[in-house]
Amino acid sequence: MKGKFFLKEKIIKNIFLLSSLTSIFFLVGISLILFKEGLPLFREINFIKFLWGKSWYPTCDPPEFGVLPLILGSFWITLGALIIAVPLGISAAIYISELATPKVRNFLKLAIEMLTGIPSVIYGFLGIVVLGPWLQNLLDLPIGLCSLTASLLLALMTIPTITSLSEEALFSVSKDYKEASYALGATKWETIIKVIVPAAFSGISTAVLLGMGRAIGETMTVLMVAGGAAVIPRSFLQPARPITATIALEMGEAVVGSSHYHALFSLACILFMVSLALNLTADYFLTKFRRTSQ
Amino acid sequence: MKKRRDKEKLAYLFLTSMVMIILSSVFMMFYFIISRGIKVINWQFLTQMPQKGMTAGGIFPAILGTLYLTIGAICFALPLGTSAAIYLTEYSAQNRLIRIIRIGINNLAGVPSVVFGLFGLAIFVKFLNFGVSILSGSLTLGILILPTIIRASEEALSAVPQSFREASLALGATKWQTIQKVILPNSISGILTGSILSIGRAAGETAPILFTAATFYTMRLPNSIFSEVQTLPYHIYALMTEGTHPESQVPIAYGTALVLVLLVLGLNLIAFALRNRFRRSKKW
Repeated sequence: MKGKFFLKEKIIKNIFLLSSLTSIFFLVGISLILFKEGLPLFREINFIKFLWGKSWYPTCDPPEFGVLPLILGSFWITLGALIIAVPLGISAAIYISELATPKVRNFLKLAIEMLTGIPSVIYGFLGIVVLGPWLQNLLDLPIGLCSLTASLLLALMTIPTITSLSEEALFSVSKDYKEASYALGATKWETIIKVIVPAAFSGISTAVLLGMGRAIGETMTVLMVAGGAAVIPRSFLQPARPITATIALEMGEAVVGSSHYHALFSLACILFMVSLALNLTADYFLTKFRRTSQ
Repeated sequence: MKKRRDKEKLAYLFLTSMVMIILSSVFMMFYFIISRGIKVINWQFLTQMPQKGMTAGGIFPAILGTLYLTIGAICFALPLGTSAAIYLTEYSAQNRLIRIIRIGINNLAGVPSVVFGLFGLAIFVKFLNFGVSILSGSLTLGILILPTIIRASEEALSAVPQSFREASLALGATKWQTIQKVILPNSISGILTGSILSIGRAAGETAPILFTAATFYTMRLPNSIFSEVQTLPYHIYALMTEGTHPESQVPIAYGTALVLVLLVLGLNLIAFALRNRFRRSKKW
């Protein structure tokens, strides 16, 4: 009786263990698939030529697979988004955690959370029908769908990530620091900017890194509004084509097993490794932050 | 001192204006979707098939398709995610394996959605030969929402007081009996909340189903799990990029966008209300 009991318990425990291992299984599976389908490309073209090539003409004859414009397109639009989202997001976090009354705080948190709830295709849609034409009129552009439009929308999408995590970091700064600063005669603002923000710095960095990861991996919005030109971006007012948009746009027409197909998987490898690096760095900062704030 | 006070006022003004910028953007987004979408939505729009090459008629197949995909995704991810969370909270000591599992979950959550789409294409559509279908799309979306479900369930499980576990074990119950009869019933509300939030997430995703489930031009409703489907988010994308009659397609896209936003935010509100209600009824 007892032995049977233990056996059952053991089996159940192992079922749960297996389920918890599936996340790792999927993560490893994804990277294996990306490499397996991506690497055959380099039997045909040189890796350096792939990475530094300046022209992406996958359907021409002979095709050219230079991904530099696409990589730069991704970073360019993400950079634009961060320039807008970091000041807005961190300001909102400071406002929510230090200045707002509880009622205002709940309202603001709800409003910002709504931005996360809205699907990315909706951002892209509004970019096409509202923001793009509006920017085109305002700045007198030849075309409204450009890096700036994409960056503005991506900024809105990254603000919730940056704000909620920064707010958490600011909120967890020990009250003693604050009181010590007031006791020294500092004003509230001086306390915020010289004591609280520096103390929460690694938490805020994590927030920005995760926001960056979100922006660089975002697909539908940039696919719809970035303009789609695979050229090296030189200004925010020109169209660009990030990695994600290229994959989403061309995978449907690429013939399975063709070099175009392999090239798109190689692109996904680059994207995957960049976001993995961002997440691991964020993870490291977060662990460090938790350890120091205890 | 006066100069320092002025500086403080200036800084507050700056912070307030930043918050106002964010709030007005949120407001503008809802204003456009609601004011223009509401003109299009009526009973026919919700219950009819599209007509005249997607330039007239309703979006019923897209609503149905989104429903099928999200149900499929949750059927796959909920049991798996909850079991994973049970292992992490109930069985594990803080050791190296757990640390690695957690890193795995965090990183899976950070994988760009289009990469899930490629994975689904390579594994479900091609390798397992499910084709572009509800099944492939559901499994892909299921993997995508897995980390969210694990985290939500973990939070719900660890909110059950330690004394409940000790009381149950002291009565001679085994670990599994404790989980089954004490921990799960007391955390089911939190797990449900997390699942509803993930349904909202899955319903709005487009990139993972681009090559695994979605189609634009179809005149039939899906009749098996191997059919391709129209979905709300993909319908908006296709209306804006594939059509040739923008003057009649943009209004339909506005209507579809409003339906999608209402669906997603509605689910969020339900989750929010449930959470508050359960929180109030808790006895500890």
